[in-house]
Amino acid sequence: MADSKIESDHGLNVRMFMTGLALVILYVIIFTVLLNVGVQLVFVIVICGGLLFSQYYFSDKIAMFSMHAKEVTPAQEPKLHQIVDRLCLLANMEKPRVGVAEMDIPNAFATGRSPNHAVICATRGLMNRLNDEELEAVLAHELSHVAHRDVAIMTIASGVGMLAGLVSRIALWSTLLSGGGRSRSGNQIVLLEMLTFVVSIVIYVIAFLLTMALSRYRELAADRSGAILIGKPSVLASALVHVTGDMGRIPRTDLRKSEGMNAFFFAPALAGNTAASLFSTHPSLEKRLDALKKLEVELNG
Amino acid sequence: MGLRDTLFGRTKQVAPKLDGLFALPSAALTLESELDLVPSGNAGLCFKAGSGETTITTDDEIIALLNFDDKTGTVKVTTDDLGFKWLVVTDPELDGLVTRIHGANTTMVEHGLGPRLLCAVFGFVPKTPPGDGAVRMVYLLKQGTFYPFAPTGPNQRDNELELRVRSFVGDDLPMEKDLARWMALWNLPVS
Repeated sequence: MADSKIESDHGLNVRMFMTGLALVILYVIIFTVLLNVGVQLVFVIVICGGLLFSQYYFSDKIAMFSMHAKEVTPAQEPKLHQIVDRLCLLANMEKPRVGVAEMDIPNAFATGRSPNHAVICATRGLMNRLNDEELEAVLAHELSHVAHRDVAIMTIASGVGMLAGLVSRIALWSTLLSGGGRSRSGNQIVLLEMLTFVVSIVIYVIAFLLTMALSRYRELAADRSGAILIGKPSVLASALVHVTGDMGRIPRTDLRKSEGMNAFFFAPALAGNTAASLFSTHPSLEKRLDALKKLEVELNG
Repeated sequence: MGLRDTLFGRTKQVAPKLDGLFALPSAALTLESELDLVPSGNAGLCFKAGSGETTITTDDEIIALLNFDDKTGTVKVTTDDLGFKWLVVTDPELDGLVTRIHGANTTMVEHGLGPRLLCAVFGFVPKTPPGDGAVRMVYLLKQGTFYPFAPTGPNQRDNELELRVRSFVGDDLPMEKDLARWMALWNLPVS
């Protein structure tokens, strides 16, 4: 087909690949360190794995619960369901469950461990502020997250950070326990564990930054796929401007409640520009609008 | 979706399945003999109009694009309340309707608009009114499957009649097995 080449953005792919590669290298470093520590290996893996798995497996329930979102039937929210119905048929994907969060912050999220267990959720504020076409654009963006399996990807990515955090804590703990170290071999162990501690702190910071970077690329990718699905990048851009413009005006105190959900949100619920872009889960509005503008040109070229 | 698409966050655009349409005329015979339903002479094609040149914007351009053999029928374009465009075709012969809709599909695919196509709808009415009510046969272009849609009011549909239609034409047509995909098309411009 003539338009097949609009589907992939080479630069974006390269950056995502590099981020992913960096994460894999981190895994290798961590496991080397872990093997040196030896005893704690099983313990660390069980705890980390268990926490991560439940976070991943129950992602839909956790997200719905913490956002006070309720699943809605087609009778309760006919328009929302109709829009999702049509988008899913256009994209030939399973229809996720549909939920609404009764809060005024205009936002939307999609989560769930697999496309079959996905839930897509919009806040009341979003539905009140956007027109139907813009709402459709936002839902298309969220459906793209489902199609891209972003919950799984981000869980794996953030797993590295958790693993590093745990290792550093255990290292610290055992350093304190072994105290001054009486024998020569004891000294070596203490040194080794001090090293582990420093290394894993560094790794934790790097992993965190990389996870944030990956999250931003996934957002851009979802913007892209969503805009291609509805065929109108400009509508998604206008929805973004509406949502973000409104959000800047809402006082910070109201928004803090939902900060924990940032990674799965359409626009992050942080007021102001205080958070440096390096620590942000979402790309800046300018970057997203820029990418959409380029896509608009691409689609028409 | 493949692993690489997942890793890189890409969605493949879905190409429509066009050929399933041609099963409709033989199913129409069954509909007439078993359920007393005959083609209404109306059909529609529902698609999502994009922005820009390759994705056409104005109605005139779409009609010009689809201006094929125009002896017996008419073609017009409307927009529904969800912003989807409908190409509405009239032709007394079902074969003619199917050919026109297929032609429209092919033209749109040739112009790179295949991923924008949602569904095609063919109207069926009782031969001896009032009968059991009118039924639209909806063809989902991405899935390549049919389902019946029998609206009875602004927000009501006759599920019993729809399931009866499925039981009769299930052998003739590729029916949509997932009932969740039997999308309601309220206020559709095809009678």
